[in-house]
Amino acid sequence: MAHVNIKQLRKTYDGRADVLAGLNLDIRDGEFCVLVGPSGCGKSTLLRMLCGLEEISGGELAIGGEVVNHLPPAERGIAMVFQSYALYPHMNVYKNMAFGLKVAGNSKSDIDARIRHAASILKIDHLLQRLPRELSGGQRQRVAIGRAIVRQPRLFLFDEPLSNLDAALRVQTRLEIAKLHRQLAATIVYVTHDQVEAMTLGDKIVVMHEGRIQQAGTPLELYQQPQNLFVAGFIGSPKMNFFPGVVTRCDDSGVQVEIAGGLRLLADVDPQGVSPGAAVTLGLRAEQIREGLGDGQPLRGVVNLVEHLGEANFLYVTLEGGHDIVVRGDGNRSVHIGELIALSVQSHAFHLFDAQGQALRRRNPGNLQAARRLAED
Amino acid sequence: MQLSSSVGTSSTSATIPTTMRKPSLIQRSFGSAGHLWVHAVLCLYAVIALFPIALILINSVKTRNAIFEGPMALPTAETLTFAGFQKVLAGTHFLLYFGNSLAVTLAALLLILLFGAMAAWALTEYRFFGNRALNFFIAIGIMIPIRLGTVSILQLVVALDLINTRTALVLVYTAQGLPLAVMILSEFMRQIPGELKDAARCDGVGELSIFFRVILPLLRPAIATVAVFTMIPAWNDLWFPLILAPGEDTRTVTLGVQQFIGQYATDWNSVLAALSMAVIPVLILYMAFSRQLIRGLTSGAVK
Repeated sequence: MAHVNIKQLRKTYDGRADVLAGLNLDIRDGEFCVLVGPSGCGKSTLLRMLCGLEEISGGELAIGGEVVNHLPPAERGIAMVFQSYALYPHMNVYKNMAFGLKVAGNSKSDIDARIRHAASILKIDHLLQRLPRELSGGQRQRVAIGRAIVRQPRLFLFDEPLSNLDAALRVQTRLEIAKLHRQLAATIVYVTHDQVEAMTLGDKIVVMHEGRIQQAGTPLELYQQPQNLFVAGFIGSPKMNFFPGVVTRCDDSGVQVEIAGGLRLLADVDPQGVSPGAAVTLGLRAEQIREGLGDGQPLRGVVNLVEHLGEANFLYVTLEGGHDIVVRGDGNRSVHIGELIALSVQSHAFHLFDAQGQALRRRNPGNLQAARRLAED
Repeated sequence: MQLSSSVGTSSTSATIPTTMRKPSLIQRSFGSAGHLWVHAVLCLYAVIALFPIALILINSVKTRNAIFEGPMALPTAETLTFAGFQKVLAGTHFLLYFGNSLAVTLAALLLILLFGAMAAWALTEYRFFGNRALNFFIAIGIMIPIRLGTVSILQLVVALDLINTRTALVLVYTAQGLPLAVMILSEFMRQIPGELKDAARCDGVGELSIFFRVILPLLRPAIATVAVFTMIPAWNDLWFPLILAPGEDTRTVTLGVQQFIGQYATDWNSVLAALSMAVIPVLILYMAFSRQLIRGLTSGAVK
């Protein structure tokens, strides 16, 4: 069983500031865990430490219950797929996949069987005699994955495997990786800076920033209940709208916040931890703002810019208080630049963060979807 | 002439259809007339470079008098003679000298490539105490000619009891060639992406295997470059064979030729015949490496 246990894992270079500062993380057997974060957040370093390419400065790393801190990569039962594929340029596809097994001393027939199996899974049977330079980017990617599969590892590590592919191929390969994960029932740790990849692939997403885990959870948890401002801003596209404000009232109905322009908005969150007068930040996703005056709290603003995506419009609106926000509007409605529009927001759509940027618990995070479903019935 | 040119054009047009051929850098920057100019310059250079060799070859098969009467003249039926070759092959231990030169050059080449590549690998791949100092030390080896140390080298060779051995020459040429080899190979190794080595480490390949089975095959162009640059000075050297191994059994070709050059009279037939033959192995080795060499010199610039 290949569950991964990370306890107080630290990484420092030459006694300078910590690159990774005491990480704790559990990855279940068979789980698809995505490490996501902006560049320089330490996600690649963490992956390389899992792999054994970077030394562990402190803490404990266990794979399948066995502490592997000091084991070399080959003895950890891992296989890694690199961003640049890192195929051996002078070996053909078959030899690329066979090399590691040959070094490990596997028998010829065993190597051959494993390669045929992996090649058929990845549909690269016809490429086995080609050299890497004769392959397209997508094919190279498959070979790199094939080289990982033949090792039959306990744990797969992917380091931004899609970032060298073009957009169309990226979507296709993303689907194939998801399929592969189901097919192999393998434990996978996957590094990316692309939150769409993270949301679509991961059973668990680990958001990292400045060498710390900001939040780990399912894609939906991260979307609905981000624990702090960083996660809230990082997950979701377009980025969440933030309004700095001051708490004016706390009661059973939630927390009322006054934002610039004197507008008072009610957020349906657990008021524990804030009191009137506290500085807070209100968060609101673009897709949870409705066009027109509905039954929610009204907002008004002037449209500055419209991005047409077909099924939706992204409206860049300046509110009366001077705030710039993004609204995801209906793609069928035509909106003109300079138009004054009315918007409405349900109180449970809001996120609220205290002065330290920590989120207050939302009482009805899934309410919006539930309400919509009710309305449709 | 006609035949060869038609063969040439048909073979190139067979491999690359004219319509698909991209204009070369020269064509783009100078227009199609640029090709003529470039070829003119290259031809001129080739003439200058080949002139001494042609002179040696032509005169090696002429009689002594003909050499002095018309050094530039081609051999005629009257002046044609292979006396020099006969004398060199029959009258001296030329094949022995030849073997000595070849053994010394190839042994030195092998050691330079092996140790040069290993040193370059260590200096570029691993961070250890003294890495920079060692790099600098090796760079100094390029700047200071090894002949400045002749006296110390001689003392060392005497102390090691290696005087009049081919081993002494091999060691000296290895030392002479290593700095440049390390320098060139390091530069190439830095271009090999780190992920490739990481991938090999993940595959469970040991450091030594990574070097021999992943890195060395990728360095082939660089190795050819180094081979040509280190082989030629070693083959042509007269200085160290004269000082360290002047004995009859260990003479190299360049030293062996000297016996025909006297203070008052020089047997030009023999000298030129010996030199003509001495060119052959270098030529063969050069041709063996040159395909790789050209790739080595241009790689990186083109990518």
